[in-house]
Amino acid sequence: MLDVLTGFVAELRAAGLPVSLTESLDAAEAVHHVPLEDRDALKYALAATLVKSATHWKAFETAFEVYFSMRGPQYDIDGDEGTDAARPDENGETPPGDGQGRRQGGGAGEGLSAEELAEMLYRALMNANEAQIAALARQAVGRFAGMEPGRPVGGTYYLYRTLRNLDLDGVLERLMESARHDAPEGRLTPLEERLARDEFQSRLERLRKEIEDEIRRRLVADRGTEALARSLRKPLPEDIDFMHATREELASLRRAIHPLTRKLAVRLARKRRHGRKGPLDFRSTMRHSLSTGGVPVDPKFRYPRPAKPEIIVIADISGSVAAFARFTLHLVHAISSQFSKVRSFVFIDGIDEITRFFETADDVADAVHRINTEADVVWVDGHSDYGHALTVFWDRWGDEITPRTSVLLLGDARNNYHATQSWVVQEIRHRARHVYWLNPEPRAYWDTGDSVVGEYAVHCDEVFECRNLRQLERFVSELA
Amino acid sequence: MSATDEESTAPRSGAPAPLGFPEPGPPRFDSVADVRARLADVGYLADDGIAGVVYLADRLAKPVLVEGPAGTGKTELAKSVARVSDSRLIRLQCYEGLDESKALYEWNYKKQLLRIQAQKVVSDPGVEATPPPAGDGRTGVHDGEVRSGVAWRDLEEDIFSEEFLLARPLLEAIRSKESVVLLVDEVDRVELETEALLLEVLSEYQVSIPELGTVRAERIPLVFLTSNNTRELSEALKRRCLYLHLDYPTLEREREIVLTRVPGIGAELADQVARIVRSLRTLELKKYPSVSETLDWARTLVVLGVESIDAEQAKATLHVLLKYRSDLERASKELTAADAKA
Repeated sequence: MLDVLTGFVAELRAAGLPVSLTESLDAAEAVHHVPLEDRDALKYALAATLVKSATHWKAFETAFEVYFSMRGPQYDIDGDEGTDAARPDENGETPPGDGQGRRQGGGAGEGLSAEELAEMLYRALMNANEAQIAALARQAVGRFAGMEPGRPVGGTYYLYRTLRNLDLDGVLERLMESARHDAPEGRLTPLEERLARDEFQSRLERLRKEIEDEIRRRLVADRGTEALARSLRKPLPEDIDFMHATREELASLRRAIHPLTRKLAVRLARKRRHGRKGPLDFRSTMRHSLSTGGVPVDPKFRYPRPAKPEIIVIADISGSVAAFARFTLHLVHAISSQFSKVRSFVFIDGIDEITRFFETADDVADAVHRINTEADVVWVDGHSDYGHALTVFWDRWGDEITPRTSVLLLGDARNNYHATQSWVVQEIRHRARHVYWLNPEPRAYWDTGDSVVGEYAVHCDEVFECRNLRQLERFVSELA
Repeated sequence: MSATDEESTAPRSGAPAPLGFPEPGPPRFDSVADVRARLADVGYLADDGIAGVVYLADRLAKPVLVEGPAGTGKTELAKSVARVSDSRLIRLQCYEGLDESKALYEWNYKKQLLRIQAQKVVSDPGVEATPPPAGDGRTGVHDGEVRSGVAWRDLEEDIFSEEFLLARPLLEAIRSKESVVLLVDEVDRVELETEALLLEVLSEYQVSIPELGTVRAERIPLVFLTSNNTRELSEALKRRCLYLHLDYPTLEREREIVLTRVPGIGAELADQVARIVRSLRTLELKKYPSVSETLDWARTLVVLGVESIDAEQAKATLHVLLKYRSDLERASKELTAADAKA
């Protein structure tokens, strides 16, 4: 047990979770207090002692499933299925009659035809029979995933294959159809319809999860714990690279951005209230020194003036930084609720102000959609041209930059070999308080190919590499 | 006491050797199932995770850090645990600017002053009545100094004794002879520096008072810290705690919660309430309906005499659940326009 536990802790650390020595000692002690045969209890005991942040839960869960799956009670059932999994073709030829008999026992039919499987799945989902859903998920994996031992593909490939064969969208429609059929007048009110859909969707979600678990179990049996853990390791939410984030990762990033700005706001408010270290108020000190015969015994300080920064955000939303840009827009929206004055601009080769979209729309998604469709950002061909965009910005809005303004430039500075016009940044720098550049590319790629970030960088206060939430958070706190 | 005192004690508390570690006292719970059953008796429906962590906290004598969205029953958990384990609940509400005189202990300054005054009156009754002129005081300087030196030492010992100590929640929880549940509410509201105050209490269950020495726990309290996650808590604090993330409950659990906490609600209505709330939580809202809001909503519906919700009634009462106008609009649109989407 101790070996498994240390291996598990090592895996968590490799996945980026900060697990300290005391925490792993706690975990070892906690394990004493829970019944080991109860897998859930073990899971919670380990989670409580090792994982100290909700965002790390997913990474923990993945590692847990890998390390402790073979010891799970379900493993007995897969033992004999493991061989079938390797030979799905043979499995398909088994006469259906054979399956009928086995279905009674535990609900895990071995040799059902595809139609029968679909039918049973449909019925299991309809009745929300969890045991049966789990059994059928195992069955479906054995049949459709076509897993080959030793093949170095990730679990997602098998998952995709299984799900494609099951046609869950079709199942959902069928479920909805029958729900409508069961309703009193043969149709559902919109509310009921929605509720039914949500219910079925959550059941399908459970099925999906069962299938994933099953695939993982088989992969563990095939490749061994550590190898699999390594291949399943995913970056923690704060380490996800903006440029390469998947859809789900982007969604989780969006959710994370709101707390980030709230934290920022709290920190700002605190700083304003408690920062009593203003500069010496000479006049007031002299006035008060009169009572002590001109000796300044009691120095008086000015209250610090709360900084109310005006922020101008200029963001590249061209294809090369699309994922980053979409995320940036959310960030800009979030920031604009915290600072008194935020103006935002987007450009590809033309540039347009988008402050108005954020002001009128309550909803970020709406605003982002409108920006993508309505903002006038294409000048010639829709390939980024920083030089032209910046020149136009300077001509049209340059006068509005004041010494209180901080300018944020967001983009990878991949200019398609156009003229850089870096004098604009220089001019901005002269007029504004600060100019920062956030680059979503890794530092190693800067100034390679058509990236010209170096030419702009000399005129900026600082250029930050901003590839994930952690870096962004650090930047934001420095700004504040 | 200054911040340096805190720092000097902090590294020591990380040491694993439980030198003079207080007696944990008899366990409060027999098993995870026991925790669950007893919590259910007082109307708190715990899932396996919650019950498991509470059980471990009792056995390992470690504090529990409970995090999660607002209104998911973090505070309620501590209260319920206090109730089922027959413990006194001591609550420390954290806020910005909380300091040790409010959290740990404070010398009763007024009483000390009074004591000094009284000493003067007792030892030298004449002085109080007619203050002697400055010249008079000088005559008996030598004798007076010796006398006052002894008196001063006595007095000092006297005024820095337990009698003059005002125990604030943390010290009170440590000193209590009976079983105690200590709830440190919204710990994320205090500044990072103030968190250090908690460290000694949480890991060693003791409080160091320079004038008195160290006060050890008679019986280890069960400690719950709650946080709404407005900022990252320090690693040092997290390391000392068991972590419990309370999220929105599953459909089944929410239904059960509604059934137990709302008197007079029908099973059908509870089911509908739980389902609608789950649907709402899948939308992108500014603020998701919390469990307490779900309960409010269910109570509203019961008061209105609703037995089964239709879309119109849901729309009319949604403002109990959702507190932003844009959320309301979006939710009512979504709930009634599912047809168009499908």
